[in-house]
Amino acid sequence: MRPPSPSIPEREFTFSALKQSLRLDGRQLLEMRKPTFRFGSELGWVECALGKTRVLAQVDATMTKPIPERPFEGIISIHSEFSPMASTQYEAVGRPSEEEIVITRMLDKIIRRCDSIDKESLCILAAQRVWHLRITVHFLADAGNLLDCACLAAMVALKHFRRPEVEVVGEEVIVHSPLLRAPVPLGIHHTPFCLSFALFPDPEVPSVLDPSQLESSLCDGVVSLALNAQKELCVVQKAGGVPLAPQDFLHLVAIGVERVKQLDTIVEEALANDFTDHLGWFKDHEATQGGKFRTIEDLMRAKGEKVQRGKIGEGGVIEYNGDE
Amino acid sequence: MGSRVEILNHGGYRSDGRRQYELRNFDIDFSGSNSTADGYCTVTHGLTTVIAFVFGPREASQRNLTMHDRAIINVEVNVAPFSSNDRRRRGRGDRRLLELAASIKSTFEPVVQIHLYPRSEIDIFIQVMEQDGGFLQAAINATTLALINAGIPMIDYVAAVTCGVSSTKPLLDLTTLEENDVPHVTVAVMPKTGKVTLVTMETRLHVDRFDEILNLAISASKTLHLHMRAAVRGYTTDLVRAMGSTGSTGKEAAMEDENMDVAI
Repeated sequence: MRPPSPSIPEREFTFSALKQSLRLDGRQLLEMRKPTFRFGSELGWVECALGKTRVLAQVDATMTKPIPERPFEGIISIHSEFSPMASTQYEAVGRPSEEEIVITRMLDKIIRRCDSIDKESLCILAAQRVWHLRITVHFLADAGNLLDCACLAAMVALKHFRRPEVEVVGEEVIVHSPLLRAPVPLGIHHTPFCLSFALFPDPEVPSVLDPSQLESSLCDGVVSLALNAQKELCVVQKAGGVPLAPQDFLHLVAIGVERVKQLDTIVEEALANDFTDHLGWFKDHEATQGGKFRTIEDLMRAKGEKVQRGKIGEGGVIEYNGDE
Repeated sequence: MGSRVEILNHGGYRSDGRRQYELRNFDIDFSGSNSTADGYCTVTHGLTTVIAFVFGPREASQRNLTMHDRAIINVEVNVAPFSSNDRRRRGRGDRRLLELAASIKSTFEPVVQIHLYPRSEIDIFIQVMEQDGGFLQAAINATTLALINAGIPMIDYVAAVTCGVSSTKPLLDLTTLEENDVPHVTVAVMPKTGKVTLVTMETRLHVDRFDEILNLAISASKTLHLHMRAAVRGYTTDLVRAMGSTGSTGKEAAMEDENMDVAI
């Protein structure tokens, strides 16, 4: 079903607001919604939300035979299924729509083709046994910018995931239970995050980052950039739509570089918090001195670590307030 | 991604004997169509050959998709199994081809004056005959020329080119061998305004390098545009000459054409 296009007053209103650098949800033009993560009890289960857009990503690993052409590499597969649950514009049956193809292809490019995950470290026994990583992406709700949210969810799930440790003795593979040996994280070379900018047909309406559903239905062309915190462009996708002057395009790239750094710190922080929860530090009565210690800093200090307080500045730089 | 192939040797030559900024042989052929297509063009970039057929504007075949205020554009890409080394049949449902078709479609939607043809459709069929890198660039160039050949009004040409970076040296118009090895970006430009309509890159590249190759690709596209324009004008002049029984009308039209050239 084609979603109903926004009414003329709605369109006029949005455009005139954007011309004054105002957005309906109160954000700046080049500001993205702050992502929130909910981690499951299982490792590699993450629900990521950008505003009301929600995507669930789950990673699991099984052992299989490698493909004959690449005996030293593990296999990564991405399964993304669109259902009418996210939005009525996605149909369960029939040929996938153009948007669905774009999203699945982008996910594939960002996660698989960018070599962000070290495939060779997924090899257990050459030509016989490798890990097969399955990334399942469920689109729960679409309130605009499903692609960025899906990419973020998948990358965070991969960072969150731990695979069981294996030991090879001769030709025999021993899989250690997570209770006996700590599961190991995946070898990740770099973490690309996707950022989408919406372009509008009227040249006076400025482009916006992380478009909401209304903005994306009014826009004419999207620039999707996948960047990592090391200032590397991984995927650039501007498929038609409104033509952009080269300097404007480079400006968007520069904005993307900044935003990705911020995003990276948010993700690292969320993961670190989840792991302290997983380690059960706060559940441990002895460590928290019967609930006296309420922050990670208190705990670390009790362990004899040097603790510094700081805050994350604009560019994602951590500024320390000096020694404590 | 390192490989044993030397992309750019010490003498500054590439594997096929070209220099860094040298484009491959660019051939445009409007003749030779014996199909019923309204517009036709074969474009060859070195060993990449792409044929574009344009049908329309004609009555839309799918009633439910017609737009009351403009024409719709359909793009279908078909890759011949014999076009590349690994003989592989790609079905119509291949996601890569569907994505390419979608990006070609949205590249031409703002360029073709679709508002002049309400309730109609323009069909573009792209047939890839030979593949040696730069498949998207060839497809876009072929489509532009086929649309012009069909007499469909457009606001500008769209010229596309691929540009890559080997260590720190930019290269233009890559072959398959080079595409597999170096990060590369495909850029489609509207030469009159110098604006970019399509930019795609699938490999990792530092931001500082990106701006250099983007600008290089834009200037290369403008060069390709000159060739495309010369081919269109040459073909049209020949047509006019063939149509006018006396030589004078043909010459006049040719003169007019020259004047137009100056105006643009």
